Amino acid sequence: MARVFVPLVLAAMLLFAAAPLVVASAPVEQTMGLVQKIFYYHVPSAMLMFVSAFVCGISSAVFLFRRSAAADRVALAAGELVVLFGAIVLVTGPLWARKAWGVWWEWDARLTSSLLLWMIFLAYLLVRRFGGPGSEKLAGAMALFGMANVPFVYVSVNYWRTLHPKTSVVMTLAPGMRAAFWFCVAAFAAMYVLLLTLRKRLEDRQAEVEQLYLATDD
Amino acid sequence: MAVGFDFEQLVVDDVSRHFGRRRALNRVSLTCRAGSILGLLGPNGAGKSTLLAILSTLLAPTSGRVRYGEYDARSAGAQLRARLGLLGHDLYLYPELTARENLVFFARLYGLDHPHERVERALAHASLSDRGADQVSGFSRGMRQRLALERALLHGPRLLLLDEPFTGLDDASGHALLARLRGLRDEGAIIVVATHDLDLAEGLLDEVAVLREGRLLNVPPSPRSLRERYRETVAAAQAARDGGPR
Amino acid sequence: MRQFLRVAWVVMRKDLTVEMRSREIVYTTVFFAASCVLVFAFALVREGRPLEDAAAGILWISVAFAGTLALGRTFERERHTETLRALMLAPSDRPAIYVGKLLGILALMAIVEAVLVPLVGLLFHAPVLARPLWLAALLAAGTLGFASVGTLFAAMLVRARSRDVLLPVLLYPITIPVIIAGVRGTAALFQATPDEPMARFWAALLLFFDVVFVTLSLWTFEPLMTES
Repeated sequence: MARVFVPLVLAAMLLFAAAPLVVASAPVEQTMGLVQKIFYYHVPSAMLMFVSAFVCGISSAVFLFRRSAAADRVALAAGELVVLFGAIVLVTGPLWARKAWGVWWEWDARLTSSLLLWMIFLAYLLVRRFGGPGSEKLAGAMALFGMANVPFVYVSVNYWRTLHPKTSVVMTLAPGMRAAFWFCVAAFAAMYVLLLTLRKRLEDRQAEVEQLYLATDD
Repeated sequence: MAVGFDFEQLVVDDVSRHFGRRRALNRVSLTCRAGSILGLLGPNGAGKSTLLAILSTLLAPTSGRVRYGEYDARSAGAQLRARLGLLGHDLYLYPELTARENLVFFARLYGLDHPHERVERALAHASLSDRGADQVSGFSRGMRQRLALERALLHGPRLLLLDEPFTGLDDASGHALLARLRGLRDEGAIIVVATHDLDLAEGLLDEVAVLREGRLLNVPPSPRSLRERYRETVAAAQAARDGGPR
Repeated sequence: MRQFLRVAWVVMRKDLTVEMRSREIVYTTVFFAASCVLVFAFALVREGRPLEDAAAGILWISVAFAGTLALGRTFERERHTETLRALMLAPSDRPAIYVGKLLGILALMAIVEAVLVPLVGLLFHAPVLARPLWLAALLAAGTLGFASVGTLFAAMLVRARSRDVLLPVLLYPITIPVIIAGVRGTAALFQATPDEPMARFWAALLLFFDVVFVTLSLWTFEPLMTES
């Protein structure tokens, strides 16, 4: 792990630093103008939010059924990242929407599902913080149920209202934009892995400290 | 439930349990054989309730094992719980139900055959046959204790765990409980009692384990009274703690 | 399997017997649900009269609120006597205990809904008798979805801090699809000409939700309730 760590940090930082330059150099979209460039941050964040939700859900399942403390630490790190990237999505989204559609918020499938997922994982963090002893298991169940819930939320909200541009928006990008977009996805993904690793390591150290503390008792 | 699973010996092997930074039990080892009563003594917070919880399989140790015969909690599974009885602080009775209904519920829950006969016998043991149709909310502490004990014994457990059973009992009830426990011991049960009441426990206990801050202390086997031996043990531990290297 | 059902039945019967002795939870929950409906009727007004289109939404919100209350109170009772521990000590299948508790909650909610539906019909001129079987099916499937997750979470929260506020915090986000499906399905039935295919679609979604979440709850009940 350690050997990969430094290159990982460098790679993530470089990519992330280069992203604004790449975005700036991408062609400007005709209808929406400069504002459209929020898309380069908005969509990768959304992708990673969902990825993190699954990571959290799966590691919570491993924690619950295999009683692995390490899995619980991964779940905590992933849970926090869902809230972080979700916050980015929910801030950049309305900023873009205001310009593109004229309103700050619309109750369509994609937006609503994202908001709900964000709230579920916010609840996850609340339980861990305020639930008292044994709250990790409770939170784990929340993450698992939250993850299982994603398709239901999507389907139900989808048939309830539809306004969000369909998934196709990624495919119909002009070539110049496509390169910039995928670069940003890579940058965000690298940053995500870095943050996840860092956060998990922090929790690992914390657990080690607890062990040492207990050992002094002997 | 089938009487398939049984054991003659309870072995606690180097068991530790911590909650976050707090070490509730620290490498406790002891052995109990069928037909004996073990007393768990110690000040509040010493780890008695934690040990009982672990013995009842409701809590798992963070290290070490508890063996019931050749099996441990995980390998024995649900069958083990059919051979355990726990009487906790809170008596696990439903106050809105009558004495009889409480017992019948647990008899059915445990899948016991001839539930009604067993219940009547249990009520007789508890001297509550005439109060069987009364709601438990109207019972005194002593009556509830007797009923709760019979509930814990309905399924004929091999291992009986009692957490402060003498609390709030008057003299007569206390002695009745002693007699009941002795009778069970003679029938071959393993009984573990956590208690503060050293006077009552005096004649009852076959073996004694003193816990302090999660650790098991050595009790000198001397002909002196339980109370004196206990005090000696705790004082010795305190002295070792204070006089030793800091 | 027979043992499983027997244990679930015994637990449910016990819960209902305990409740029937005092009827405390039934009375207070029904009253609470009715007050919810009234509050919404006064809050959502147009031209000085309650919003009739809001009937479906108000019905389901009241069910959700009342359900949360009932769950909390039922498990608070178990916590008070520590009897949940005694249940876990029994040699029976742990998920059977979950099912027994769930059935008890469903019975309670059925009583609440039996009062709520006529009330909503009365106050909002909603055609509750237009397609009674479909309405009953929607309510049954939706309540099962809500209660299945709720029973699991409420049972887990028995030993947690801040349990009163944490139950809704955890329950509502997860059960939003149930609410959406329930409201849209019921609204379809309350239209001037009831839209049965629509109601059928939402009922199917609810059923699917039920299957997934009851299964998940059965799987996770034991690892969640046992401390290790």
